[in-house]
Amino acid sequence: MDVFDIFLLEAVLNGLLLGGLLALLSLGLNLIFGVIDVVWICYAEMIMIGMYAVYALHVQQQWPLLAAMAAGIAIVALLGALMHQFVIRPVLSAEPINQLLVTGGVLFFLQAAATLAFGIEFKNLGVKLPPVPIGEMSFSFPRIIAFAVALLGVVATYLFLTRTYVGTAIRAISQDRAIMPLMGVNPGRIFVVTSALGGALAGLSACLLVLQYDIHPAIGLSFGPITFLICVLGGLGNMLGGLVAAFIFAQFISVGGFLFAIEWGYVIAFVFFIAVMFWRPRGILGGK
Amino acid sequence: MARRLPWIGLALLAAVPFSGIGNYPLHLVIMCLLWGYVYTSWSIMGRLGLVSFGHGAFLGIGAYSVVMLWNLFGISPWIGAVAGIAVSTGVALLIGLPCFRYKIVGHYFALVTLALSEVTRLVIVALRDQTGGSLGATPNTALAQGNAWSLGALQFSEKIVWFYLILVFWLGALWIWAKVDRGMTRLALEAISQEEDAAASIGINVTRSKLFVTLISAVMTSVGGVLYAQYQLYINPETVSGIGISLQMVFGVIAGGMFVMLGPTVGAVFTLLLAEGLRLALGDAFKQFPALDLAIYGLMLVLFIIYMPKGILGAALDAWDKRGTRPASAPR
Repeated sequence: MDVFDIFLLEAVLNGLLLGGLLALLSLGLNLIFGVIDVVWICYAEMIMIGMYAVYALHVQQQWPLLAAMAAGIAIVALLGALMHQFVIRPVLSAEPINQLLVTGGVLFFLQAAATLAFGIEFKNLGVKLPPVPIGEMSFSFPRIIAFAVALLGVVATYLFLTRTYVGTAIRAISQDRAIMPLMGVNPGRIFVVTSALGGALAGLSACLLVLQYDIHPAIGLSFGPITFLICVLGGLGNMLGGLVAAFIFAQFISVGGFLFAIEWGYVIAFVFFIAVMFWRPRGILGGK
Repeated sequence: MARRLPWIGLALLAAVPFSGIGNYPLHLVIMCLLWGYVYTSWSIMGRLGLVSFGHGAFLGIGAYSVVMLWNLFGISPWIGAVAGIAVSTGVALLIGLPCFRYKIVGHYFALVTLALSEVTRLVIVALRDQTGGSLGATPNTALAQGNAWSLGALQFSEKIVWFYLILVFWLGALWIWAKVDRGMTRLALEAISQEEDAAASIGINVTRSKLFVTLISAVMTSVGGVLYAQYQLYINPETVSGIGISLQMVFGVIAGGMFVMLGPTVGAVFTLLLAEGLRLALGDAFKQFPALDLAIYGLMLVLFIIYMPKGILGAALDAWDKRGTRPASAPR
């Protein structure tokens, strides 16, 4: 195959756009893991709830789209805080694997709750944005928006973590959980703030996904595993690693899917992930 | 008296098909035993600190090996089962050996195995020309002209045959569980899950001990996939592989009790009866709320892990112990 194939280039650029979105997806999960040391298996389901929230407010309640999205972000942020308060806090001192499993129970619950509320039919916003032609290639407009907003979200999170007092406290806690309480930081409050922030990032992801994909209760299962694997590939809790891993993963999915079939793209990405784990068990940027 | 309790229970269980219960309740009992078998298989490694989110891979390999070899090449499921076991062993080695050698444990192990089960599901879906993709697959029937039995094709139209077949496998799984429980490997693995480096320093071969239980568990699970496919005569990538079923196994075991022999079975019974009970209790309303059982199940899992981490049976036995009159033969 010709390396300068225009369709291959399109696949690579599409992979880049997808990478931005995956980077945002993994950022929230990484943030929570880095600070609280818990993997939310149900993270993708929180995104699903966000998508339904936007759908319900925009389509069913006739809110303007942007208002519905803002409310969606707020709802998932609140959900994140509640999740920490009522599910994670009671098991903070339990075995790590129990913390992982308890969020799996939440996964089932959220999936079922969405089915109860909205049924199993596919829903969508009915917003159709035209594709954007660039030269001989054409790109989906929602993807470009998602890429831009995702990057903005990543930058905003970075600025929040480095330029504000609370952000500094969050980073400090993630470096040493035992010492910070002695410095006068209340870890409980920081955990809740972090969970809400992680939730807000999930909500933002939901707003971007809902523009591109139909919503159904099991949609979390379709991108949840990728999100975890990206986080692990980058080194759990390592936000920069997560960003790099997101773009690598997206290329595998996009180009692999272009060369073979879309499932093979995922298969190659997952096999690549397993192989890298053996080479660098702590993630690509995590050292050996 | 107390010593005979398990035998009386077993005799009662074996008599179930003759108790005159209908076909559907018998089907539920068979499903309880089948999932009890699969969950027990998972718990053989899960209880020793190797929490795998990837057992859907082995279940799927077993199920799809038999059905595909039968449908595409007419190869008997007996040989197909052997092939499925061989492939599962290979996959377990391929994933287990590096994981254990490079000390991938805890979260990382769970998520690596999660990737494995997703790879299996996606491969099955991607080979849709052969496997039927997401639509699933049905083994070609060998039961033409009123034939109720086909031993070669491992197809039986009578539920009673399946009942005893799966009962035997379930008992076998409990036996293996007890064997592992009393063996040195369990002690070694408990030491490993406490402190891996310390265990290695006193001469425990960490990689070999872990690989041992992983292989047993993987092979047993893939046999479960074979039984599932041949009994249900329909398989689907979502129901035998992928993240959904893998998590279902983990949570079934957690709900029942990971550290007691009958815990996984209790988890399977609990899960199935919850759905059935709600269906009966709610009647028509259940049809309007198709996921109500899942919602309650999820909620209960969260509560279990927070307040009852030993599961239903584990907590019940603890409560029994506190009374100080625990029968010597109570299943541990």
